[in-house]
Amino acid sequence: MKKLMKGNEAIAEAAVKAGCRYFFGYPITPQNEIPEYMSRRLPEVGGCFLQAESELAAINMVYGAGGAGARVMTSSSSPGISLKQEGISYLAGAEVPCVIVNIMRGGPGLGGIQPAQSDYYQATRGGGHGDYRTCVLAPASVQEAVDLTQLAFDIADRYRNPVMVLGDGMIGQMMEPVDMDKSYRPAVDLADKIWAANGHIPTPGRPRSIINSLFIDPKVLERHCERLDAKYKKIAESECRWQEEMLENAELVVVAYGTTSRVVRSAIRKCRQQGLRVGLLRPITLFPFPTEAIRNTLGTAKCYLAVEMSAGQMVDDVRLAVNGERPVHFYGRMGGMVPTVAEIMDEIRKYATPYQKTPAEIALDSAIDEKFQSVTDAVGHILQRTRKKMKATGSGK
Amino acid sequence: MAVVFEKTELLTDLPMHYCPGCTHGIIHRIVAEALDELGIGKTAVGVAPVGCAVFAYDYFNCDMMEAAHGRAPAVATGIKRVCPDKCVFTYQGDGDLASIGTAEIVHAATRGEKITAIFVNNAIYGMTGGQMAPTTLPGQVTTTSPNGRDVEHCGYPVPMCEMLATLSGSAYIQRVSVHDVKHVKAAKKAIKNAFAAQMENKGFTMIEVLSTCPTNWGLSPLEAVQWLKDNMIPAYPLGVFKGAEA
Ligand SMILES: Cc1ncc(C[n+]2csc(CCOP(=O)(O)OP(=O)(O)O)c2C)c(N)n1
Ligand code: SF4
Repeated sequence: MKKLMKGNEAIAEAAVKAGCRYFFGYPITPQNEIPEYMSRRLPEVGGCFLQAESELAAINMVYGAGGAGARVMTSSSSPGISLKQEGISYLAGAEVPCVIVNIMRGGPGLGGIQPAQSDYYQATRGGGHGDYRTCVLAPASVQEAVDLTQLAFDIADRYRNPVMVLGDGMIGQMMEPVDMDKSYRPAVDLADKIWAANGHIPTPGRPRSIINSLFIDPKVLERHCERLDAKYKKIAESECRWQEEMLENAELVVVAYGTTSRVVRSAIRKCRQQGLRVGLLRPITLFPFPTEAIRNTLGTAKCYLAVEMSAGQMVDDVRLAVNGERPVHFYGRMGGMVPTVAEIMDEIRKYATPYQKTPAEIALDSAIDEKFQSVTDAVGHILQRTRKKMKATGSGK
Repeated sequence: MAVVFEKTELLTDLPMHYCPGCTHGIIHRIVAEALDELGIGKTAVGVAPVGCAVFAYDYFNCDMMEAAHGRAPAVATGIKRVCPDKCVFTYQGDGDLASIGTAEIVHAATRGEKITAIFVNNAIYGMTGGQMAPTTLPGQVTTTSPNGRDVEHCGYPVPMCEMLATLSGSAYIQRVSVHDVKHVKAAKKAIKNAFAAQMENKGFTMIEVLSTCPTNWGLSPLEAVQWLKDNMIPAYPLGVFKGAEA
């Protein structure tokens, strides 16, 4: 049965359903409903919620709990995520799985508390120091926030890597109907974490565990980094997700994710009704970015438009995908301002003109019209003749 | 033949990287022996710091995690919440615990986190080459206090035991030294007390061990031991600050 839920609470419940039993966090708007929900809910299922003294401590508690083999999550919003970056780098370096939720708000600095998408670079480029990536999932609805939170735990465990659910204040705060009864089973065997440092008695098959990201010998560190890099490439190959809408014959492809993609979708539907050939490509994973999906639209696309609640960050990935073969335009709002449908329609109209028929198409059209007319004339003739005959013979009675 | 001496099982056979005369090695040994003798060593989980003891995960023969600089108490908290029956300990230097990691240690203590912090105070940043630590004594020369620590300019040494003992969550807090055999034995007893208190779920436990850094103090190992005795003990009095000695 569908239930009306706030995005933040739905994310928290989805995590519990996914077997997350540990949560460490520090309050910050607009994600407070996640820790609040967890503080009530986790004790009910034998788990542990702990309010940390800072985001720094929270992410390191996550590192400890994840290192001990638990499914563990933390959540925060932009300024808090900045503080977590050191820990995320260690989690990636030591290959400890966990889920990090960022309900983005406007920045830089303390910024504001309204929705924004200005942490895209930080999320998709690693964020902290060193050569690493986190997998980044960007929900555009409350239901998708639920599904992606659960997927995040699976991806984290499958690759032993931190996974980020990147929402914005709108996704976190809005209420939508969600199906929480969908059955979920972890895609990996959670009892199988033989690498975990949980105080197990060592055996020949399972020696003592060392969770570590220090490799003092550069040759060894390079090998470690190469192995990590190969893992990120595998994630890129296997975990890329996106959604296409009205892309058939789209001359203008709009790329947008999260809350922005919903506004863009409404704008595109209206523009299509007005004859504009425009479509939407919505990245669901931001790392890996759906580069191939974008390249597949080059056949029809004359240009691209990235719409974001930022000064233009994801647009760089669109440009990399398009690789200079088409113009890539950008429209953004910042500081917690959400673009409106009308604004985006205006933007679309700048780059997509109503469809103009080619001379060949015009010729084909009139040929069809002529043919149709002659068939109509012929059929009319026959009907007239039949009518006259029926009248003359009285067979209509 | 009768066995007269045996190395504790809880230390690996790897040669330690510590400088000659550094007392980090002694402290490793007594921590390992204490865990072994209590019968909780094999299933203990340790957290290594950033500092000279960064390779502690190579030496303690149990499950180990390497933490970011100062964050060991938070990492240990995560482990302990998942494994409440296991002995969880951190091994941290003074820069790690008393400077960059003050928030983590204070809050682990105030939460009564059932972990044990082994706090190695050598009054200097050993690993990075002898810079001033929060525990550096007034007047002590380091590479970043070349004229001696001027308290007017950069304040006073931090007495961690005294501070943490005031918190309701701390259960056992003691400062010990390892500058001679008698004190090494007392230090081992203190460490055992702390681990025992942890396993009885009494709350947060910490043993501060005064330690030498001959390399960065610019002294021979013998001089370093003497310097510790003459200068550190007066500034950092030994004793139990919280809890009852077993
Ligand atoms: C975030 C961060 N800042 C600084 C460092 C550099 N660093 C490594 S060890 C260390 C000081 C360690 O001193 P201490 O904790 O007293 O331990 P000791 O080496 O004396 O045993 C510092 C500052 C680091 N690794 N990480
Ligand atoms: S630098 Fe100092 S603390 Fe570090 S190993 Fe050498 S003597 Fe010990």
